[in-house]
Formats: sequence, C-alpha cells, structure tokens
Amino acid sequence: MFHGYKFRKFQNKLFYFLCLLCVVIAVVPLASILLEVIIRGAPVLSINFLTADGLHGGIGPAIQGTLILIGLTCLIGVPVGVLSGVYLAEYGNNKYASSMRSINDVLTQVPSIVIGITAFSVIVIGVTGSFSPLAGAIALSFMMIPIIARTTEESLKLVPNSVREASLALGVHKWRTTLSIVLASARGGLVTGTLLAVARIAGETAPILLTILGNSYFFQGFNAPMDALPLRIFLNSRLPSPDAQALAWGAALILILMVLSLNIIVRLASRGRLKR
Amino acid sequence: MNNINNEKMQSVNLNAWFGQKQVLKNINLSVKANAVTAIIGPSGCGKSTFIRTLNRMHELVPGAKMSGQILLDGQDIYRDDVDPVQIRRRVGMVFQKPNPFPTMSIYDNVAAGLRLTGAKKGQDLDEVVERSLKQATLWDEVKDDLQKSGTSISGGQQQRLCIARAIALKPEVILMDEPCSALDPIATAKIEELIVNLKEQYTVVIVTHNMQQASRVSDFTAFLYLGELIEFGPTRNIFEYPKNPLTEKYITGEFG
Repeated sequence: MFHGYKFRKFQNKLFYFLCLLCVVIAVVPLASILLEVIIRGAPVLSINFLTADGLHGGIGPAIQGTLILIGLTCLIGVPVGVLSGVYLAEYGNNKYASSMRSINDVLTQVPSIVIGITAFSVIVIGVTGSFSPLAGAIALSFMMIPIIARTTEESLKLVPNSVREASLALGVHKWRTTLSIVLASARGGLVTGTLLAVARIAGETAPILLTILGNSYFFQGFNAPMDALPLRIFLNSRLPSPDAQALAWGAALILILMVLSLNIIVRLASRGRLKR
Repeated sequence: MNNINNEKMQSVNLNAWFGQKQVLKNINLSVKANAVTAIIGPSGCGKSTFIRTLNRMHELVPGAKMSGQILLDGQDIYRDDVDPVQIRRRVGMVFQKPNPFPTMSIYDNVAAGLRLTGAKKGQDLDEVVERSLKQATLWDEVKDDLQKSGTSISGGQQQRLCIARAIALKPEVILMDEPCSALDPIATAKIEELIVNLKEQYTVVIVTHNMQQASRVSDFTAFLYLGELIEFGPTRNIFEYPKNPLTEKYITGEFG
C-alpha cells in the first residue's frame, strides 16, 4: 500500500517536472532572441540614432514611419474590424455570416507577401501610382481586420446574455445596447485583440516592402515612399558594412520596445476606473 | 379603455412555442392594477415564458413564436404598429439572477435606463437615483459607495439594485422572474417586503417556484401546469380552497 503511494507521488512529481521542462524549452529561444537583440542593439542607442535621418546615421524616419503606419492602419482597421465582429456576434445567426466567418479565417492565414503583392499591383500601380504610406496602411489593415473581427466576435460572445436582456428589458434599443452595454463589457477583450493586431502588423515586413519601399528622409507626404522599422531592419541587415548592420540591431530593439510600451500604455489607459 | 375591473394587463387566447414545442396553451388571465399576481407551477410549466410574453422579451429568443393577444390598458401590445421598445419601458423586468451592468457603478446602473433610452430630459439624475434606491430599500446600505462597481455588492443587494434600475424608469408594471431563487433567506425576506411595498405604485407580476413566497406576497395566484392555466383566483382561495384537484396536489407538495 505504501509502495503504491510512493509510486503515485513519483508520478505526480514526474508530470510536474515534464511540464516545467517544456516551459523552459519554450522560454529559452524567446529569451535568447531578446538577449541577442539587447546585446547587439543597445550599444548603438543614442539621441542621434533615434532622431537623425538616414544620411546622418539615425533611424528617425523609420520610427516616424512605423508610428504613422500604425496610426493609419488602426484608423482603417479598428472600426471596420470591430464592427465586423459586432455583426458576426450580434447579428451573425445566419448562413451569410458563417461563410463570412470562414472567409475571415482564411484571410488571417494568407501569407503576408501575398497581401503585399496584391496591394502593390492593385493600389500602388492601379490607384495611387506611387509607393505611399496609404498603400502600406491599406495592405496592413487587410491583415489587421480579420484578427480584430475574430477577437471582437469572441469577446462579445463571452458577454453573458443576461446583460443584454437586462438592457433590452429597460426599453433600450438593440443598437444602443450593443454599443453602450455589450461593447463596454467586452472592452478588455477588444483592447487585447487590437494590441495583438498592432503588435503583429508593426513587425510585418513583406507588405510594406512592396508598398512604402523605404526612405532615408523623414515623412515626404502621403504620396511618397516612407520608411518603417521592419523595413529598415531588413534593408540594413543585407548591407555589407558592420555599421549598417549595427543600425539594424538597434532598430530591432526599438521596434520591440515600441510594441511593448504601446501595450503597457494602452492597458493602463483602458483599465476600468470603478472601485471594487 | 377596458379598465372596468381595474385590469392592467390581460392575456387573451395566448399560445407560445419554442420551435415545434408548444409551451403555453390558450392562457386567459387578467392582472389587476396595484396588486401582486403570482405565477406558480412546477419547472418547465411555462411560467417564465408567460411572463416574458408580457413585455415582448419572449420574441428575442431564436425560434420563439406566439399567438393571441396581450392587452396593456386594453391595447394589444403585439399590434404591428407597436414598438416593443416602448412596451418594455412601460413594463419593466427583474430577472432570476441579479444582472447589474458589470462595467457600471451603482449610480450608473440606476441611471442607465434613463441615459440609454434618452428619457432623462428635464429630470435630475441624482434625485432619480436616490429615490429609486430608497424605494428599493438599498439607499442606506450604498449611499456612501455609489461609485463602487454594481457587481461588488452582495447578491441580495445586486437584486435590489436591479429593482431600483427598473423602477427608475417609472414603469407601470414590474415583472419579476423568480427574483429570489439565487438568494439566501434573509435577502429573500427583504425582497419580499419590498414587493409588497411596490404594489402601492406599480402592478407586480412575480413568477416563483416557492409556494410559501406566493402565499406571503401575492394577492392573486395563477397555477400553470404543462403550459395550461389550471386555476386562477385570489391567493387565499387558491391556497385554502383550491377547486382543481391538481392545484391541491401541487400546493400540498404531492408533486412539483
């Protein structure tokens, strides 16, 4: 009997350590990437590096470009994505919506280079006639919309029906219930979904390579090529000079820090203000 | 106005279905103004469905259908030109599980109806919130914590908050769908006291599976069984001199 107990205890420990081991295996590559980027990127950080343009050894245009891209993409992607999610969750009890759902899922899986080449041939060649931040933002919002639509739908479905009923029973119209009650209750999920999408598109290279092209100068207008961090990393890492490569490492570090701080700021700003 | 007998609401030949399943069969029942009408019956007898037809919440469930009439002050609330949203403002509802809006403070929960329906014109919100919470006998317990989350208080307090939220809109009728079934005996006693007070100003319809509760709070009682109205009358008659043997069996606890 005691022998059996010891064996079970051993099994228990064994399982625990297996889980722990897997966590370590999962964390090692992540930590080594971070470490590598910090070790190689930190030495090049300086005021000049952050603010100067490409001709003076800085990545200012890339930082500015990435911020512009994130802003423009959110401007297109967040309203379209959130409202599509609202449709799927609140009105999507029909065949049309379920096919929308699978198209949406397919769109999430489309390789980003395909989105890039599509945006290039349709928007850059067909509409704007030049590489531009607008073309880049449109390409990136193609990636953002399905992610946000999906996470919005999922988080709206988590809002208990009793909350909807409470509002409808007060004589509140359905649209008002959805906007003021359901979306507010799902706020946490919406913010998480948007942040995930932003983190994803901030690091995308292929779609912007084919749409904004890159630029050594600061913002030149909505119809001119622009720079962005992932693009700078990609272009500089292919240059032979060690200085240019160091710049790429610095840009990588800044990109990571930017996504991280955006995360923290948005989370702090969207936290509920109610006392518990 | 069909108000000769002081009838606030009436169901006329009411039938209701979920998909193919008929859950209410030809219900004819009158709800008297400024009285408490209790609907009793075993689980699945159609009590909740009945009460939800009274403010057109029934039709929100996918697959739900109904036929017949529900009269509010003699007017059919299912006529084509009637906006269900307007009906729900006149006929408020309190649910089985307390469901305050989770993102709102206590104050905002009570004010929500007025704000979201655009009915707050010319009304002092502070005053409405205070009056509603006092009527719901919750004011003294929360008056210093109005900015706390509506879900941070106890279950019984949350249910009284939901009642305050409903009466802030000054409805004519208040429907209660087993309002005490998720509460402890002390919280239940408070709500029952409140229900008796509410009938001075409102017409109350309460669904309950607790027969003692029905006999304590109600003036009229309807007994539903398998979707049919078995017996309806003054509460004392139903509990002391039931006419139908089925009613007698149910209230003496032989089944249910």
